[in-house]
Amino acid sequence: MMANAEERRRYAALRARHKPPLPHLNNLILAFVVGGSICAVGQVFYNYFSRRGLPPEQAGAFTAVAIVAIGALLTGVGLYDEIARVGGMGASLPISGFANSIVSPAMEYKREGWVLGVGARMFGVAGPVVVYGLLAALLVAIVYLGAHGQLSLPGWLRP
Amino acid sequence: MSFIWAFLIGGSLCVAAQLVVDLTPLTPAHTMVLFVVLGAVLSGFGLYQGLLKLAGAGASVPLTGFGNVLVQGFIKDVGSKGTSGLLTGGLSAGATGLTAAVLLGALMALVFSPRG
Repeated sequence: MMANAEERRRYAALRARHKPPLPHLNNLILAFVVGGSICAVGQVFYNYFSRRGLPPEQAGAFTAVAIVAIGALLTGVGLYDEIARVGGMGASLPISGFANSIVSPAMEYKREGWVLGVGARMFGVAGPVVVYGLLAALLVAIVYLGAHGQLSLPGWLRP
Repeated sequence: MSFIWAFLIGGSLCVAAQLVVDLTPLTPAHTMVLFVVLGAVLSGFGLYQGLLKLAGAGASVPLTGFGNVLVQGFIKDVGSKGTSGLLTGGLSAGATGLTAAVLLGALMALVFSPRG
């Protein structure tokens, strides 16, 4: 059934009036500020570990641990969910958001027991991230190493 | 100076992720998976190392950095112990962050209960 032209015109006008002025501009700004700030905090740790003589790789790994720890702690006291409500992906994309995705269900599902609650639910989001991250990284590494001629059959597999 | 680059690049990656969430049907969880995969691909093309050098934590703290770490772990282990590195490299490189997250997840569940 077709609505009449007048009705459709009024609906279009109503829709235009209630649409946000710029698509999600606020979300983008908040994501930028929150995400950027978390990374700047990470840089404080990164500079500290570098100054203490850690090579870049290890300084990066320890920085990740520090940001994971902060994210876990803020989730524990109930603050990270507030940050995520404001910052959106600015809070979820940094590795503190990864920690949040582990800690939050771990707390939530304690009532379902330590094995099938905490242990199983912890990886609701982190699981897919690790699974597809590993699979993609493996594929990329095989292509990269193959293209650079660094892959060969291990000795025990050769005829 | 390093803070500014970390802020700008890290913030920009988050804006890109927010755009994906706002403009596509993908959920934040899907987007997190997408960005780890994206980081792995950029790493394979040799593009992530430059970003790391420029932005430091701005490139290593977002999940794209995790994808990069996994790829570099595979490449490093294949270099040091041959093809069997394809079975060890990724997880051993990602081990620090993962172990910290699991340990703290269990610890937080032990200490805190959700509010409300």
